[in-house]
Amino acid sequence: MSRTIFFEVEILDSKTKEQLCFLDKVEPHSSVGDIKSLFHKSYPKWYPARQALRLDPKGKALRNDDLLQNLPVGTSATLYFRDLGPQLGWTMVFLAEYIGPLLIYLLFYFRVPYIYNHKYTLTSSSHHVVNLACACHSFHYIKRLFETIFVHRFSNGTMPLRATLRNCAYYWGFAAWLAYYINHPLYTPPSYGKTQVRYALIIFVLCEAGNFSVHWSLNSLKCEGAKCRRFPNPSKNPFTWLFFFVSCPNYTYEVGAWVGLSIMTQCVPVALFTFLGFIQMSIWAKGKHKTYTREFKDYPNFRMPILPFIL
Amino acid sequence: MSAPAMGTSKTAHTDSSHKKKKGPGTLAIAYLVIYNVVMTAGWLVIAVGLVRAYLARGSYHGLYYSIEKPLKFFQTGALLEILHCAVGIVPSSVVLTGFQVMSRVFLTWAVTHSVREVQSEDSVLLFVVAWTVTEIIRYSFYTFSLLNHLPYLIKWASFLNIHRYTFFIVLYPMGVAGELLTIYAALPYVQKTGLYSITLPNKYNFSFDYHSFLILVMVSYIPLFPQLYFHMMRQRKKVLGHMEEYSKVE
Repeated sequence: MSRTIFFEVEILDSKTKEQLCFLDKVEPHSSVGDIKSLFHKSYPKWYPARQALRLDPKGKALRNDDLLQNLPVGTSATLYFRDLGPQLGWTMVFLAEYIGPLLIYLLFYFRVPYIYNHKYTLTSSSHHVVNLACACHSFHYIKRLFETIFVHRFSNGTMPLRATLRNCAYYWGFAAWLAYYINHPLYTPPSYGKTQVRYALIIFVLCEAGNFSVHWSLNSLKCEGAKCRRFPNPSKNPFTWLFFFVSCPNYTYEVGAWVGLSIMTQCVPVALFTFLGFIQMSIWAKGKHKTYTREFKDYPNFRMPILPFIL
Repeated sequence: MSAPAMGTSKTAHTDSSHKKKKGPGTLAIAYLVIYNVVMTAGWLVIAVGLVRAYLARGSYHGLYYSIEKPLKFFQTGALLEILHCAVGIVPSSVVLTGFQVMSRVFLTWAVTHSVREVQSEDSVLLFVVAWTVTEIIRYSFYTFSLLNHLPYLIKWASFLNIHRYTFFIVLYPMGVAGELLTIYAALPYVQKTGLYSITLPNKYNFSFDYHSFLILVMVSYIPLFPQLYFHMMRQRKKVLGHMEEYSKVE
């Protein structure tokens, strides 16, 4: 018969070192997450997602699933607290980031007052490609909103409010900038006319389908938060066969869709957005690729992060 | 925006190379010493050129023309510093260094060189002098820092460091004033000639108004300048504090 030894946990502020909370009779098999919940009771405004607890004021934040008894502390632990600021759940983050571009583009498409010369207010463009571009752009973001709500399974992670606002400023600002030119009264349609638009549309549609297929396939992997038991593989769906060549075909298809849109509109801001997005997604893909190769010993050598054979 | 190049980016570098030599190999250090010596010499040439031209003409007016070529050469050469950070032989942020060097290069080429009419403005002299004094101190300081295994040079390095952080109190606002006044002087000419501007319609569906862009650049000094100025002030307090401790130990 073993006697349960209870832990004592003292929580200090990282900067001022003053004691914020003292918890006694803490079960040894409690997790850091449990501690955070207890701390939250004393300080209602610091919900667990906002808390960073560390063993050392300047050290790394502890994970929620770390167990108290596994930490290098005696039965009396001292943890240092730092406020991470207001946090948003991933779903909220993505909704905010996607609703903006969707609606802002439409403001320019319908030429609401004060954007263009007043004689063009609420008129519509005479170019067929402008209507098509609006349909494609809107479809792209509606699909993303749909996926955010119904398809993606997010871990319990959050994102700091400040970072979300910065991302939103970027996406919303860029959407406004490219929408301004596409829907401008002086817009010039593509140099190769209908052929160019047609091929661009095919690229766009195929890549949107591909991107959705990959998201669906990723959804079917059995994952608990960030840890998955198996790495993604091609399935019967031909769009997923890109998994033979790349680790993150969702990013590949995403770049492809924007390339399609750039060719369709023949507009420099769209091309610039595509380029910057490509750079960012390559960085993410490289990181993901490294995680896969590290976690799974049998990960196929043949695969590249984002571009088959190249990158 | 160009004024920040007066040493802000290299603060991390100086602190770390002041404490102990680690990181870059001997070849890299030899290269950096040569680079910093050449840059010090270059800016000295510019300084001497300014003084000689002033004595010869007897007035401050139009001194830019006497040092135009070395100024362009050595200021543009500073682009190498971005490479140094990227490769890792200098422990500074690529983004920060890049930003500062690019802003200097922007003022040299995209404003002063491109808009001929501002070259005879006195504001140009204001920032050229500020840049010259700053760069001479900065590059000679780095040279001595890199060679800091020679004990008697440490005193020189400290001397320069103190002066660098003290001079900037005046040089920094002086440089910023010169830069802002020069950009402001360029505005009417840019608007009249449509320099570097693209209008609609065109087949790439893009437009750019350089005049508005320059105004945006001027406005961006408002948030940036105080931040960088106070950062340097804090660095100065820290460095002068270390100096006191160091001399006490001696």
